[in-house]
Amino acid sequence: MEWDYFLSEVVANRDALLHGTAITFAVSLIAILAGTVLGIVIGIAVTYGGKPLKWPARLYIDIIRGTPVLVLVLATFYVSSAVGLNLNAFQAGALALTLFCASHVGEILRGALQSLSRGQIEAGRAIGLTFGGIFRYILFPQALRYALPTWITAAVEMVKASTLLSVIGVAELLLTTQQIISNNFLNMQFYLLAGVIYFLIDFAIEQVGRFIGRRLDQPTRRAV
Amino acid sequence: MTPIVEVRDLHKRFGELEVLKGIDFTVAEGEVVSIIGASGSGKTTLLRCLNLLEEFHQGDVLIGGEAIGYHLRHGQRVRIGEREVARQRAMTGMVFQAFNLFPHMSALDNVTLGLTKVRGMPRPQAVELADHWLDRVGMLERRDHRPSQLSGGQQQRVAIARAIAMSPKVMLFDEATSALDPERVGEVLETIRSLAQEGMTMVLVTHEMRFARDVSDKVVFMEDGRIAEQGPPQRLFLNPESPRLQAFLKTSSF
Repeated sequence: MEWDYFLSEVVANRDALLHGTAITFAVSLIAILAGTVLGIVIGIAVTYGGKPLKWPARLYIDIIRGTPVLVLVLATFYVSSAVGLNLNAFQAGALALTLFCASHVGEILRGALQSLSRGQIEAGRAIGLTFGGIFRYILFPQALRYALPTWITAAVEMVKASTLLSVIGVAELLLTTQQIISNNFLNMQFYLLAGVIYFLIDFAIEQVGRFIGRRLDQPTRRAV
Repeated sequence: MTPIVEVRDLHKRFGELEVLKGIDFTVAEGEVVSIIGASGSGKTTLLRCLNLLEEFHQGDVLIGGEAIGYHLRHGQRVRIGEREVARQRAMTGMVFQAFNLFPHMSALDNVTLGLTKVRGMPRPQAVELADHWLDRVGMLERRDHRPSQLSGGQQQRVAIARAIAMSPKVMLFDEATSALDPERVGEVLETIRSLAQEGMTMVLVTHEMRFARDVSDKVVFMEDGRIAEQGPPQRLFLNPESPRLQAFLKTSSF
């Protein structure tokens, strides 16, 4: 009886649920991709940059990583409109998560790069590679391998952090779930359903990460 | 004839400390020059100035007649751009004390990286050339091994192949056998010796006095940032003029 009611409610709200899931997925994907790109730049700056690059990057990592994500989300949303940046809730939320993700990726990459010996950089220079070539062919492939497990953890954190966008009114999965529950009062069932969906997204990310990991660990990789 | 390496009045400081205090020397084509001296005498720093791994503050380094690292702009001495520096570095090949192979690549890929990415050689041609040099240093059978699967001596021989495959004008060896187990030193010295006999121009920083004596055309003795004495090995080792070289040779093992 109750099970039938739950199922009929799921069917009735399927569009909202799918939409919420899509928003969660989209905002997480944007944050992970854009945050990773920005984080790589910050990681390089903090590891190899001269003083004018290193210090701002260091400051960025320390401040953003030390700020609670919820504060970051609220600050981005309200500050952006105050300074005349007309971002809607989705855009502000995606930006906040991107900035947060970048600070983590920057720090992860710094750790991985610093574990590589300086001698490899000199060997790369000695054969006539520029820093760009050294980074691309020598440092980055190795750093990627060291950083991958922590990076996956960070990516999963982004999906979880996306729930905080519900406070600024982004109709992601959690807010959608709450809205559905306010109509049918099926608290436990719908929170459980949301939990399962979050789990599936995170599980998928981990599988993708493992797949990349396996690709990287193949015994002989061609430098082409 | 233009010397392959020409160093004129070279000065280098680390902060306040002047480690090279006016160095002059030349290396002719096909010549093998060993730089000897106590630790801290500046010999490794001198070698690293020859491929711009160290900046220097005064004087000139010419490789194949080309002044490297710096040029004059409005009467000011300025460092040249990164791309130019990279191109000039490729005129020399360097072998390091710690081998410095790229650990994520096979021996073969260690050698082909510079060929494909710096020389722009198509991969099949690069592999062919790399195979030639790996064979030459006796490492062809291990071309698909990672550095971690090779002994120190084997890694160093791959490193030699990596440097020489780029066809540099001069090879620089920075204490190439110092990090090796004693029983591995011989194989690397043998490799260097056979390249020397084929007419490769070389500058070696070494603590292997017997090797320096046997293989070099010229020996440079450094002391406190200066060249205290230089000349053919027979004269330096048998009849050292300066008291400092006499003292140094007494404390060195052969």
